[in-house]
Amino acid sequence: MKHIISVLVENKFGTLNRVANMFSARGFNLASISIGETEDPEFSRMTIVTNGDDHIISQVVKQLNRLVDTIKVTDLTRQPHVERELLLMTMKLSKTQQHEIFELINVFKGKVVDIKQKSITIEVIGSPDKINTTIDIFKPYGIKELARSGAVAIHRGE
Amino acid sequence: MPSSSQTLNGSEIFFECLRRENVEYIFGYPGGSLLKVYETLYDVKDIQHILVRHEQGATHMAEGYARATGKPGIVLVTSGPGATNTVTGIANAYMDSSPMVVFTGQVPSTLIGNDAFQEADIVGITRSITKHNFLVKDVKELAITIRKAFFLATNGRPGPVLIDMPKDVLNASCDFHWPDTVEIRGFKPTVKCHINQVEKAAYKIAKAKRPLLYVGGGVISSNASEELRAFAIKQNIPVTMTLQGLGAFPGNHPLSMGMLGMHGTYWSNQAVNNCDVLIAVGARFDDRVTGKIETFAPQAYKIHNDIDPTNVDKNIKVELPIVGDAKHFLAALLEAMPKKVENLEPWLSEIQTWREKCPLTYTNEEGKLKTEFVIDEVSKQTAGNAVVVTDVGQHQMWTSQYYTFTNPRSIITSGGLGTMGFGLPAAIGAAFGVKDRPVVLFCGDGGFMMNIQELVTAVHYKIPIKIFLINNSFLGMVRQWQELFHKEKYSFTDLGDSNPDFVKVAEAFGCKALIAENTDTAQQAIKKALAYNEGPVLVDFRVEKKDMVFPMVPAGGSISDMLLARLNPKTMV
Repeated sequence: MKHIISVLVENKFGTLNRVANMFSARGFNLASISIGETEDPEFSRMTIVTNGDDHIISQVVKQLNRLVDTIKVTDLTRQPHVERELLLMTMKLSKTQQHEIFELINVFKGKVVDIKQKSITIEVIGSPDKINTTIDIFKPYGIKELARSGAVAIHRGE
Repeated sequence: MPSSSQTLNGSEIFFECLRRENVEYIFGYPGGSLLKVYETLYDVKDIQHILVRHEQGATHMAEGYARATGKPGIVLVTSGPGATNTVTGIANAYMDSSPMVVFTGQVPSTLIGNDAFQEADIVGITRSITKHNFLVKDVKELAITIRKAFFLATNGRPGPVLIDMPKDVLNASCDFHWPDTVEIRGFKPTVKCHINQVEKAAYKIAKAKRPLLYVGGGVISSNASEELRAFAIKQNIPVTMTLQGLGAFPGNHPLSMGMLGMHGTYWSNQAVNNCDVLIAVGARFDDRVTGKIETFAPQAYKIHNDIDPTNVDKNIKVELPIVGDAKHFLAALLEAMPKKVENLEPWLSEIQTWREKCPLTYTNEEGKLKTEFVIDEVSKQTAGNAVVVTDVGQHQMWTSQYYTFTNPRSIITSGGLGTMGFGLPAAIGAAFGVKDRPVVLFCGDGGFMMNIQELVTAVHYKIPIKIFLINNSFLGMVRQWQELFHKEKYSFTDLGDSNPDFVKVAEAFGCKALIAENTDTAQQAIKKALAYNEGPVLVDFRVEKKDMVFPMVPAGGSISDMLLARLNPKTMV
């Protein structure tokens, strides 16, 4: 089962490496990892997407907690949370399909961030599922390059 | 000691910090990045620096010292190869949870990342084998980093911590300030057990008909032997120990079951197989203990106390996890059970039956020398009072079987990592820490060669260790597996043609050496060696080449697959 885990860590050199290294050393799955500074520059928040049964996930959480640079680990999977991913994608642009592409961008609430004679770059924000669907739908139009941020997630407020 | 307002350079700060951490010994080797430290060291009188002959030796010595005393072992090595040579020793200490602080020199900060001379990314390399590690980038951070490193190494589950110190940091100066307290936000080990959990455990144990204590190195490192003894004896519950747990409970007490697991006693493994409540304390259900997970203690309600939450439910799913220090757990459990568990006699007599059915025995043959005899004899002659260090292999397992450990901190052995070459330096380190008991090393001829350079260290510092070389001219344990499971293809395990004359080698190093080829000469040699205290002494025991360690549960097997002897290798029990 897919789990989304939020980890508050010390904003220090090597912390990302410690976490990623722990996943590979212990043979845990690491689907995505994203990290950024929080409102307090002493801390960073990591969002980790991983897969595993309850036994493995409980070990993942414990091993994350065991790292000295880890402040707090929260498995958001079964708690109310918001999860978002950013997709940047460059596609071929042809006169014949231009119209359809723009319609689809609207459907996915995407934005055009760059446009050239023969290509268009768009951004789409949504849950990883929505991002997967977006990629599937746009594939037939000719994707030249894409980049995904990996999921970021946060608790829903009270 | 300098007041906190004094300006010191990095290497002076380094020694000031070690003084405040009450360091007695540094096991080290100089080099380019550490020249400033060794310049300062020249005038340091209150901390003794032990010059090793290879950095791996320094790490094992530090671990031997740490395991014998409970204090952290200190290693000081230079950058690059000096640092990478410590990797095996650090990994060993990590696997066996030994407190250690390793200081590595590093190239100047400005050169880091430039493939400078003697540069290695030791912080990156050791990330997965240290409890934590640090690169100090500013001399102002040095004191607090050292304070944190000692705190991390010795609190919670002990382990190795590494501090990488660039050359310019050691040369730079700042006001010295030693922090009174240390606070690490992400490190808050649970020491006290949850009392409700302890009461639940007490309730289950009180109702048990066939309870069994399974204790490991955690009992030793938390100094909980007294509490264990009090609890087990009061409740009349038998105690089986892991390799690292030997000595936690006196081996000569009727409730002692000896070791369990792959080469554990028959009765221990039968007891695990049949117990109804298993109380695991400071042990981690290692694969050498459990064999096949599905058939391990199948009838038991399992209680697991460990200070490291990651150990709980890692290998074996337990019914009652209790995170906390073993000493606290056992004391709380003793208190929670004012009444004795009733009617355990049938269980104890069942264990006695197993004990009589397959005892640990060996038969001396005329003109031949068996390792079991040597270890048994050393056990008798030292009255179980020695600090026993081993290397890795057959002799290590025989030591667990035939040496009667009566005190904690009496066996120092590489359990988790299984590092050949550990024994000799670890024995030297142990001897620096313990002066009032003999330090005895059992070492195979294979492992002895792996850190033989440290014999010079032992000779130079006149360390009176007794090196009992169990010389069968084979990599015996590998040979045993080749015979049992690999079609008797003795691939590269026969050292007979290539081993040196160990007596001559020892003498060339300046070490007293004896030879023993039969039981009589062995007995006398042991006596002589134990009486000799001017420096190290080596006895070359020419033991049987092809003996095997039994009983044995094949890797991944169940207790029912236990092999009891060579002649009937498929005896199902």
